[in-house]
Amino acid sequence: MKLDVPSDLGIVGAAVELVASHLPPGTLSPRRISFNLRTALAEALGNAIRYGTGEDPDRVVRVRVELGEDVVRIYVVDDGNGYDPRRLPDPTQPDNLEREFGRGLFVIRHLVDDVAFNEKGNGICLTLRAG
Amino acid sequence: MRFTLKKDKSGVVVVGVEGQLIVGNRQELKQKVLDALEEGSRKFIIDFSKTGYIDSSGLGVLVSLSKKIREQGGELRLAGLNADLQTLFELTKLDTLFAITRTAEEALAAF
Repeated sequence: MKLDVPSDLGIVGAAVELVASHLPPGTLSPRRISFNLRTALAEALGNAIRYGTGEDPDRVVRVRVELGEDVVRIYVVDDGNGYDPRRLPDPTQPDNLEREFGRGLFVIRHLVDDVAFNEKGNGICLTLRAG
Repeated sequence: MRFTLKKDKSGVVVVGVEGQLIVGNRQELKQKVLDALEEGSRKFIIDFSKTGYIDSSGLGVLVSLSKKIREQGGELRLAGLNADLQTLFELTKLDTLFAITRTAEEALAAF
C-alpha cells in the first residue's frame, strides 16, 4: 500500500484510518491496530507534516506499508532536511515534564517493536510484529 | 471525532472526547476549553471514556491547558482512560501531573 498524504495536519486522522482499515485481518491484533499502530502513525505523520514539509500545501508526505509474515512495516518519508533523532531531550525529565512539545518520538519508541531512520533523517520506519 | 462540553449544576465543565485527540484536532479542544475559562469556568474534567487514541500533540495540549487553568486558580482533572491510554500517561510520567480518576462521576465527586 502506498499513500501520498497532503501536508495538512487536519488530514492526519483520516490518513491513519485509511491505513489501519486496509490492513488484512489477522495481521496484527485488533488492539495493536486500534492503539499502537494508530498512535504511532499519527505521531510520524504529524512530525513529518509539521517539521518536514512545514505544512506547505504543495508538498506531500509519502507513506508505504509493507506486510510480511507476522509483521507490518510502515515507512513515512517527507522531503524536508531531516533531523538527528539522537539529539532529542528526554521528555520525562522533571524540567521537561510540563513542556507542550517533544514527546512524539519517545511515544513512538514505546508503541512499536522497532524504529529505524534513513540516513538523512527525513524518513522513519515503524515495525510492528504480531503477538 | 467530536468534542462535547457540558456544565454540571455545580459549575464543573465536563469535556467529552469522542474518537481521537491528535495533532489535527487539538486546537479545537484547546479553544473550547479556553473559551469556557474566559467565561469564568474554573473546574474542568476531560472525559476520555469514548477516546480511541491520543498522540503527543494531544498530550501536549492537555499539559498546556492544565497550566493555563491553574494560573487562573482552577483545576483540570482527567477521567475514563482505558488501559492503553493509562499506560501512555504512565510512560510519559504525565500521570504525575494530573489528577486521574476512573470515571467522570468520580472526578466530579472529588471536586
